[in-house]
Amino acid sequence: MAAAPAIQLEGVTKRYPGVVANNDVELTVASGEVHAVVGENGAGKSTLMKIIYGMVRPDEGIITIDGAQANFRTPKDAIDAGIGMVHQHFMLADNLTVLENVILGSEPRSGVKIDFEGASERIRILGDTYGLRLQPNQRVEKLSVGERQRVEIIKVLYRGAQILILDEPTAVLVPQEVNELFDSIRDLREEGHTIIFISHKLDEVLSIADRITVMRDGQTVGTTTPSEVDARQLAEMMIGSELPSPETKESTVQNEVLLDVSDLALLSDEGRPVLDDITFVVRKGEIVGIAGVEGNGQAQLIDSLLGLAPTSTGSITLAGKSMDDLETRERRAAGIGLIPEDRHRQGLLLPSPLWENAALGHQYKEPYANGIWIDKKGTREHTAEIVRRFDVAAPNVDVPAAALSGGNQQKLVVGRELMANPTVLLAAQPTRGIDIGAQAEVWEELKRARAAGMGILLISADLDELIGLSDTIHVLFEGKLVAKLDPSEITPEILGSYMTGAGEKKAS
Amino acid sequence: MKSGRLLTSVVAPAIAIIIAFGIAAVALLLVGIDPITAYKEMWVFGTTPESLIITVNNALPLFVSALAVAVGFKMGLFNIGVEGTYLIAALFAAYVGARVSTTPVLHVTAILLVAVLVGAGWAWIPAYLKVKRGVHEVIATIMLNYIAFALSAYLFLNVFRAETAGLTIATDLIPETGWIPSLTPLLAAIGIEVRAGANLQGFVIIAIALGVGYHYLVNKSRFGYDLRASGINPTAANASGVDPKKMIIRTMLISGGLAGLVGIAPLLGFYHQYPQDFPRNYGFNGIAVALLGRNNAVGMAFGALLFGFMQRSALILDLRDVPKEIVTIIQGIVVLAVVIVYEVISKYVQRRVIASAAAATEFDPVTSAEAA
Repeated sequence: MAAAPAIQLEGVTKRYPGVVANNDVELTVASGEVHAVVGENGAGKSTLMKIIYGMVRPDEGIITIDGAQANFRTPKDAIDAGIGMVHQHFMLADNLTVLENVILGSEPRSGVKIDFEGASERIRILGDTYGLRLQPNQRVEKLSVGERQRVEIIKVLYRGAQILILDEPTAVLVPQEVNELFDSIRDLREEGHTIIFISHKLDEVLSIADRITVMRDGQTVGTTTPSEVDARQLAEMMIGSELPSPETKESTVQNEVLLDVSDLALLSDEGRPVLDDITFVVRKGEIVGIAGVEGNGQAQLIDSLLGLAPTSTGSITLAGKSMDDLETRERRAAGIGLIPEDRHRQGLLLPSPLWENAALGHQYKEPYANGIWIDKKGTREHTAEIVRRFDVAAPNVDVPAAALSGGNQQKLVVGRELMANPTVLLAAQPTRGIDIGAQAEVWEELKRARAAGMGILLISADLDELIGLSDTIHVLFEGKLVAKLDPSEITPEILGSYMTGAGEKKAS
Repeated sequence: MKSGRLLTSVVAPAIAIIIAFGIAAVALLLVGIDPITAYKEMWVFGTTPESLIITVNNALPLFVSALAVAVGFKMGLFNIGVEGTYLIAALFAAYVGARVSTTPVLHVTAILLVAVLVGAGWAWIPAYLKVKRGVHEVIATIMLNYIAFALSAYLFLNVFRAETAGLTIATDLIPETGWIPSLTPLLAAIGIEVRAGANLQGFVIIAIALGVGYHYLVNKSRFGYDLRASGINPTAANASGVDPKKMIIRTMLISGGLAGLVGIAPLLGFYHQYPQDFPRNYGFNGIAVALLGRNNAVGMAFGALLFGFMQRSALILDLRDVPKEIVTIIQGIVVLAVVIVYEVISKYVQRRVIASAAAATEFDPVTSAEAA
């Protein structure tokens, strides 16, 4: 640490019309360390990284790279100064090989020919040094997500980067790939590289970072080390207040059955059972959790309940009324709400204004409709109400849904469904891909709805969320409900073993 | 946002038209013709009162055709079959119209009804094939066009043709109660005198009503919401309770019903019978006009008028020994240029809107929903 810091930012400020995205930011990254930058979505991390990488020019402040003041105009300047960035969304050409992707834009030439052999050799050396094993001649489309990420990292190293910015690198990886990535990061550090690691997965940050800088509301609120804080304290620094938990207090479950599903079954197009003998009830004021590794029939369960899988068999009764012969619209009108697992695919019209999005799924009734017409005024007012009550950060109700951050899009969807006050709410991954603050708000809203007597079917991959919120948990494994568990008696570990089918024998 | 809409809806087509005329000017220069003189001739000839009336008349079938195409476009359904649909529908309408005789308004209404029903019935075929058999509507409607050409030719020559053959081969003349009267006397009444022979077709009122109806249906009604949602995100529309199959059937029936009306303006306003050389290509040009007008009723009206104007003003070129095909070239370039320029500008506007919204919300949770 005797040398000048790899990166030093002093008083960096970036204003956008009406807002300050970065306000007087101070950041010092020592040479050869892994420095994590954590913060909620919208805390200003991305803007800060864009400033360091030359994509955005700050209005004020001084940036020093290795002791020399830097004044980047484009990412090219940053690359020349030895900075490389691995974006969250990969920027690779699928139909080219690993080798071609790596050299794209900085092709090594010998005469007029591209020196493929030399490049291939360099990629092999880089891969061996940092544990980033890749076959240079494989096509990128054949690679797993983890391997694609390695291509991105190699690409940056190939261009001679000493300082690497990794933007949410673990968001797309499975646990084993995360471990491999961390091994590579440690190797990079050994070789003297400096790494800026952006994340909001705090456990990972604590295990890999040497130092951690926390951002909140566009400012850096402090720098700490993993030995000084635990995940809980770090989260509290991020949100600036005490950490919420999904835990529900007392039971609000009443006797009345709202959703009664029995013998539900569904065959895939190939005739394989994807749902089999599904029987459960959701009572008034109850949250029923469905645990399961993704792809065990969760999506099909939701589709069957909504009437989107016309070949499903069995019976579904909502508050005493059979849903079996009803179409999707009639089922929704009867009181089934939906928070879809993938908001972009099933929940939003991204290019359309917020008010049109607020009507989606409820476009046939008040306040969204007036006879055969869409009630634009009523819809806009109602949308403004959703935006206000559910704290959706949006400048107005006319901006396209695509302009909102993921967390705010999700709050809009959750608000839309809860404001419609359905009898039963199907909540699939209600907090997926949103930050801690928004997550806590969604939990609060679900708890409030439960207390008000709503029946909620909760499908989630977040086991803490499932155990914390649910009154009853069913485990869905290979299309069957294999266990019914009391959340107060289990841990994520136990639940996890049921989900892989291991617990099945013990239970029965 | 307001400036963005202005940019895409006015500036984009304007730039495209300028580009198109520019390229056509180069083409004219290459064949040794002074483009300035040619354009000036077109303008002078095209803006006489008679020419303007004929421009509107020319625009009517194009506009209705564009509406038929656009309603499908809105849900991502490409009905290429307007061409065949309107020929079949016009033939049946002409035949039935000549067979019945009743009071004026009722007679016209009956003919319109026949045209709509035949059009919708014809369009039901590709809709059924798509819903039940998964046949893509583009394939089905293109093929059905050929069937429609052959079928209408067969029916015309063997079944519907008038037995008392006059000089022209045509269906029987529709009684005058079944004609849509000219609006020229009305123009005269408000002081616009035009030379005899230029009759402003009364269908213009029906066309305006159709345009207004289209706007309300697509942009204001629940059906229109479902339609647009299905076009933007079919899976989300489905989860929201829109049955995609019903939606396809309904949309194709509406599109076909409108397509059935495409030939009505020339039929009831000019020919009053279905002649062997009943005008063709309104269906295909309607696709171009729908693209030109970005599926917007007013935009398509302007697009249809532009095409109608060029069709009319091109007539003068022949008299000046300029190949009038140059106008077809301009029409083609206008459509291409509009599509390209619109994409470029709308991408830019979209980026700006999203960037400013994102910047405004990055960490300002206090919303101003009411301010909008």
